[in-house]
Amino acid sequence: MSKVMVVTSGKGGVGKTPSSAALGAALAQTGQNVVIVDFDVGLRNLDLVMGAERRVVYDLVNVVQGDAKLAQALIRDKRVDTLSLLPASQTRDKDALTEEGVKKVIDELREKFDWVICDSPAGIEKGAMLAMRYADLAVVVTNPEVSSVRDSDRIIGMLDSKTVRAENGEKFEKHLLLTRYSPARAARGEMLKVEDVLEILAIPLLGIVPESEEVLNASNVGCPVTLHNPVSAPARAYMEAARRLLGEKLDIATPTAERQGFIGRLFGRKAIA
Amino acid sequence: MALVVVPELPLAAWFEALDEQLHRAAGFFADRPVVANLSTVQEDETTDLAALLDALEERGMKLVAVEGTDAARLSGTRWERLTNLRQRLEDTRETVAGRVLAIPDDPPEPEPVSAPNSLLIDRPVRSGQSIIFEDGDVTVIGPVASGAEVIAGGSIHIYGTLRGRVIAGLKSGAEARIFCSKLSAEMVCIDGVYDTAEQWSETFNGRAVQIQLDQGGLKFSTLD
Repeated sequence: MSKVMVVTSGKGGVGKTPSSAALGAALAQTGQNVVIVDFDVGLRNLDLVMGAERRVVYDLVNVVQGDAKLAQALIRDKRVDTLSLLPASQTRDKDALTEEGVKKVIDELREKFDWVICDSPAGIEKGAMLAMRYADLAVVVTNPEVSSVRDSDRIIGMLDSKTVRAENGEKFEKHLLLTRYSPARAARGEMLKVEDVLEILAIPLLGIVPESEEVLNASNVGCPVTLHNPVSAPARAYMEAARRLLGEKLDIATPTAERQGFIGRLFGRKAIA
Repeated sequence: MALVVVPELPLAAWFEALDEQLHRAAGFFADRPVVANLSTVQEDETTDLAALLDALEERGMKLVAVEGTDAARLSGTRWERLTNLRQRLEDTRETVAGRVLAIPDDPPEPEPVSAPNSLLIDRPVRSGQSIIFEDGDVTVIGPVASGAEVIAGGSIHIYGTLRGRVIAGLKSGAEARIFCSKLSAEMVCIDGVYDTAEQWSETFNGRAVQIQLDQGGLKFSTLD
């Protein structure tokens, strides 16, 4: 049973695209057949983050408009062979997408893949609406700051009213992915606490990804962080989030800034061993 | 069971009474076989019995038979086919009286159920959503987010954190009140009198609060 999952946020710059790439790669690494669809027509980024920018021939708009077959536009990842990418068009804008066209593409992808991940553009306009329209579940990417939280709340309201599932009166699953969480700033009280965000948004938490240079580095070299540096803290957070999406029950630890001394590290390791 | 209808003279008055009866009991004759007893009206030689039967049929009666008259009076009309049940002319109004049935009125129309004058929302009101209910009170079970608004004709009850804006008393005016289990609102308004978050004391924030109009201003009081 394939799942269509939209990765959305309302606000820009919170980490939707790196999260789509990292979650998609993490799911694919567990053996699931995954495709990530870039819905940010006109401002495509996913191909860069995935390191596939030099392999793009056809894109989502070509497929929606019937100029290319789906198989021609899909790009198979070179590192994980169960991972594919459907890039957006950089030269067009969101008006090039139609509801019927998107539905047709999503239906076709559903047959081929276990997971169809729709990387939504920022905003609440047509592009974002179409990215969520046919989804079964959503990952709402939020930073622990008031503006991001309020925009996420707006998006959650739309997921509950503007998706096909919601319109049919079905339950729409929503998960919160808290990204760019800085333990140091949280300790100084400069950031919203995890509990505060959860209290405001009132949706289940999928994971907390710490703010890390690793995410930036991974994007710069065009590799999802879960592949680039699998042992880094953000990579582990994404991997665990992916396992939770697959139904595993794992506790979610809030990242801490506590710097361990030599003795602490020693004991820490001993405890694990 | 067939019903027996006994028209009386003068016919105009009788039809008026019949129409009145039919108005009150519209469905009474539907799908019921009717026997027309013409013993009373046939005494007047000038009565057009065929026209009378036509008039009964026009009122939705299913005539299955005619009694109390001479078959000859109907010969040559389309009613001739109806069996003349009784050839005896003596079968008169008096002899059928024992069979007269009181026609019950249609049951009175039920009182229209008035629309509920309250609205219950049992999910969070998200940022950007607007709940507008002009006919009465609004109750929300869940938080009202920053950037969301609830507008009610009457009072507003929020069982959750109120972070957005609420406008009460659109219809009920100064009587309306606002209740919330945790105040963190951007703006509250009753009957056009509003306060923004800066205008009320910080001490109310984070607490269960009641807000009402008092001497032209908003009065906040804690409930916990």
